[in-house]
Amino acid sequence: MFVYICRRIVAGAFVMVGASFILYLLMTKAGDPLAFTLQISNPTQRAAVIGTVTETLSLDVPPVERYLQWLSRLVLEQDFGLVSTTQQPVWDELTRRVPLTLKLVSTATLLSIVFGVMTGMLSALRQYSGFDYIVTFTTFVFFSLPVFWVAVILKAWGGINLNDWLRDGAHFSVTFIVVMSIFAGVVGASFAGGTKLRKTVTGAISGAIAALLMSWMSSTQWLLDPGFGPILFAVLGFGIAAGVVAVMSGWRNARARNAALITAAIGIVSYLPMQSVFDDAINIWMLLGWMAIAIGVATAVGYAVGGFDKGQSARTASIVALLMGVLMFVDRMMQSWAAYSASSVIRNRPIKTIGHQEERLDGSFWLVANDTFSHLFLPTLALMLISVASYTRFSRGSMLEVLDQDYIRTAQAKGLTKRTVVVRHALRNALIPLATIVAFDISGIIGGAVITESVFQWDGMGRLFIDGLREIDPNRVMAFFVVTGTFAVVFNLIADVGYAFLDPRIRVGE
Amino acid sequence: MSVTRSSIPGSESESDHVVSDTPQPPDDLAMGAVLDPEIAGEMAEVAGLSQSQIVRRRFFRHKGAMVSLLILAFIVILAATSVGWGPIPGWWKYSYDDLVPRTGDDGGPTMSLRPQWLGGSGIGLGEHPLGVDNELGKDMFALNMRGVQTSLTIIVVLGLMSTSIGVVVGALSGYYGKWVDSLLMRFTDVIIVIPLLVIAAVAGFALGFSGKWSVAIALGAFTWTGLARLVRAEFLALREREFVDAARVANASNMRIIFKHILPNTVGTIVVSTTLLMGAGLLTEAALGFLGFGVRAPETSLGTLVNQYQGAYETRPWLFIWPGILIVAIVLCLQFIGDGLRDAFDPRQKRIPNRKDLDRDGGGEAKRDAQARAIGTTVARSLGSGA
Repeated sequence: MFVYICRRIVAGAFVMVGASFILYLLMTKAGDPLAFTLQISNPTQRAAVIGTVTETLSLDVPPVERYLQWLSRLVLEQDFGLVSTTQQPVWDELTRRVPLTLKLVSTATLLSIVFGVMTGMLSALRQYSGFDYIVTFTTFVFFSLPVFWVAVILKAWGGINLNDWLRDGAHFSVTFIVVMSIFAGVVGASFAGGTKLRKTVTGAISGAIAALLMSWMSSTQWLLDPGFGPILFAVLGFGIAAGVVAVMSGWRNARARNAALITAAIGIVSYLPMQSVFDDAINIWMLLGWMAIAIGVATAVGYAVGGFDKGQSARTASIVALLMGVLMFVDRMMQSWAAYSASSVIRNRPIKTIGHQEERLDGSFWLVANDTFSHLFLPTLALMLISVASYTRFSRGSMLEVLDQDYIRTAQAKGLTKRTVVVRHALRNALIPLATIVAFDISGIIGGAVITESVFQWDGMGRLFIDGLREIDPNRVMAFFVVTGTFAVVFNLIADVGYAFLDPRIRVGE
Repeated sequence: MSVTRSSIPGSESESDHVVSDTPQPPDDLAMGAVLDPEIAGEMAEVAGLSQSQIVRRRFFRHKGAMVSLLILAFIVILAATSVGWGPIPGWWKYSYDDLVPRTGDDGGPTMSLRPQWLGGSGIGLGEHPLGVDNELGKDMFALNMRGVQTSLTIIVVLGLMSTSIGVVVGALSGYYGKWVDSLLMRFTDVIIVIPLLVIAAVAGFALGFSGKWSVAIALGAFTWTGLARLVRAEFLALREREFVDAARVANASNMRIIFKHILPNTVGTIVVSTTLLMGAGLLTEAALGFLGFGVRAPETSLGTLVNQYQGAYETRPWLFIWPGILIVAIVLCLQFIGDGLRDAFDPRQKRIPNRKDLDRDGGGEAKRDAQARAIGTTVARSLGSGA
C-alpha cells in the first residue's frame, strides 16, 4: 500500500509537470498579454506599463525558458508571480478567493449530495414506478439544461420577480397553490406502492397537506417573517425523531425509540432557554460547540436507555440531536429574516444576485448569516440543478446494482425486515461507489464554478481563472491550475485508496 | 411471451391461471423451461435473429428514444432546409445575415398556435415566428436555425474526432498493456487536467480557423479521454477471452485481432458514449460561446446567441429564451437516444412487461413477476450480474 501511494504521488507529479508545461506554452499562444495597454492613451505611461508587464511576465525570454523560470520560482520560492494588470501578488488573490469559492461550491455540493442520494435511493427502491419515471425524466431534463442559461434566468427571476413578489406580501396565487398541490399529490401517489386505493389515498393526503401548508403560509405571510415558534418546533422535533427511528432502527426497537423520543423532548424543552444563548455575540465556533454538547447529551441518553444494544440507540439519538440542532439554528436565522430584510441597506429586496456579501451591512452574527444566505440562494440553486441530477442518477444505479446481489436475497430469505435489508445491507454497500464520486467532486470544489461565478459576479477561483484567461495572464491561470490540479491528484488518490479500504474486494497496487 | 401459452377461456380462479400458465416451450427452447417463463418468452422473441437485429428491435421498442429521434430529426431537417446550407438555398424568406426591416412594435414573436375560435390569431407563423431583433435587424428564426446548424456541425465533428482518437488510444492501451498502457494512460491524464477553456482560447486566437471549425477541432482533440478509458477497460476484459486465443492460434495479426475480433464487441459502449458525448459536447460548446471563447461573429451558434442576448431577458425574453430551448431540446433528445441505445445493447436487458401485457397474460404471471421483483432480483438479472 505504501509503495502504491508513493508510486501514485510520483506519477501524479509527473502528470502535473507535463500538463503545466503544455498549459504554459498554450497560454503563450492564447493571445496578446499587452492588449489591455491599448486603453492607455498617454504614450509614455503606456510604454511604462508595457515595460512593467514585460518584466512581470518575462515576455522578453523564449516561452520554454519562461516556463522554466516560472517553475523554478514556484518550486524554490513558492512564488506564484504577480497579476499582470494590477501587479498584486497572485498568492494574495488566491488566499482571498479560496474561502469564497469554498463557501459557494461546498454548500451546493453538500446539499446536492444529500438531496441527490436520497432521491436516487428512493427511486431505486421503487424501480419502474411512476415516481421512478418522474425522477428519471427530471434528471434527464436537468442534465440537458445549460447552466449559464438557467443562471441568467434565475438571476433575472430572483432579482426582479421574486423580490417584487416578496414586496407585494408573499401571497401565493390560487392557481399556483392548485398546481403545486396536484403535483405533490401525483408525486405522493406515484411513490406509494401497492393497490390503487392506497395510491389514491396517499396522493390525496399529500396533495391536501401541500394545499393547506401553502394556504397557511400565504395567509399569514409566513415568508416575510418566518420562524417555527415553540409549538411548531415541538411538532417538527417529534416528527424528526419518528422519521429517524423508522429509518435507523425500526419502531419495534423500543430502546432506540425511547432514546430518540427522550432526545427530542430534551431538545424541545431546551428551545426557550437556547434563545438567550443565540444572542448577537455568538460565533460559528460557539455554535459548533453547542452542537457537540447536544450530540454528547444524545449519546449519553442512548447509552443510558440502550440496554444490550447501546451503539444503535446512541446513533439514533445523536442523529435526532443533530437534525434538531440544525432545525433550531434555521429557526433562529428565520427570526432575524424580517430585521435583515427591513434593514436600511437591503430595503426589502432581500434576494441578492450579485457578489457574496453586502459590504455596508453592519450588524449581528444573525444578520450577516441571513445576508450570506440571501447571496448564496440563487447561485446555489443554479449549481445544484445539475449536480443533484448526477447524484440521483448515480445513486439510483448503484442501489439497483446492490439490490440485485445474492446477499440481499439471502438477507431477505432469512427473514430480516425490509428496513434492515435496505438500510443495513443495501444502503451501506450502495454508498461505497458513491464515496469515490464524492471524493472526486470535493477536489473539484476548489476550482469553483466558472460560469455560475461569472453570472452572479462571485469573486471566486473560477473568475480568477477566466479573468486571467481573458487578459492572457499566465501567472493567474497557472496558479489556478496548480491549486486545482494538486487537489485533483490528491483526492483521486484518496478516492482509490478509500475505495480499497471500504470495499475489501478491491485491491490496489498489486 | 404470448407465444408459449394460449389463454384458456373460462378459467376464472387464480389457481387455475397458475396451472394453465405453466409454460410449454417448444423443444428448441428447452433451456427456457428451467428458467423464469419470462426469459423463455424473451428467448423465443429473439430466436433466429442476429445481434444487430436484436439491438435494432429493442431500440425501436424504446418509446422515449423513438420520440426523441423524431424530434431530433425534425429539428435537423428544419435547420438544414430552412435557411439553406452552404450554397443550397433554403425555403425561409430571410437568411441569417439578411438585414430585415425594423418592425414598429417591440419585435415579439408572431408565431401563434392558438386557433381563432379560442380567441387567438389563428395557427400560423407570421412574419417573424421567433421574433425579430430590432437593434441589429435580424430575423430570430433564421438566426436560431443558423445557430442550430453551427452547433450540430460542431458536435458531429467533435463526435467523429473524439470517438476515433478515444477508440484507438483505448484499444492500443488495453490490448498491449505494459508500457504502452502506462504511457498512453499518463498521456490521457495530462489531457484530462488541461482546462478546455484554455484550449478553446488558443484555438480561437492562434490557429486562426474560422469560427466553428476551430471550436470543433479543439473540443474533439481534447474530449476523447472518457471514451478511451471505457474502451481500454473493455479491451482489458475481452483480450483474455477464448476467441482472442483462437484468433491468435489462427495466426491473425495484432491489428486484425484488435479491429476485427475485439472492437466489434465494444460497439455498444462506443455508440452509447458517443451519443452522450455529443450531447455533453453541445453543452460545452454553448458554454464556451457564452463565455466568449466559442464561435464568434459574424458566425453564430446557440451558445453565442445566448451570450449575445443575455441582457435582453428582462425586456425581450424571446431573443434569449429560444436558443436555450433549442439547446435543451437537442441535448435531451440525445440523452434519451443514448439511454435507448444503452438498453438495446445491454445483454442483461429484460423487457419490462407493462400493465397490458400482464393483464393479457393472466394473473399468475403478474403475481410471479411481482414476487420476483419484491425479492429485488430475477433469474435473468442474477445470471447477468454474475457474469
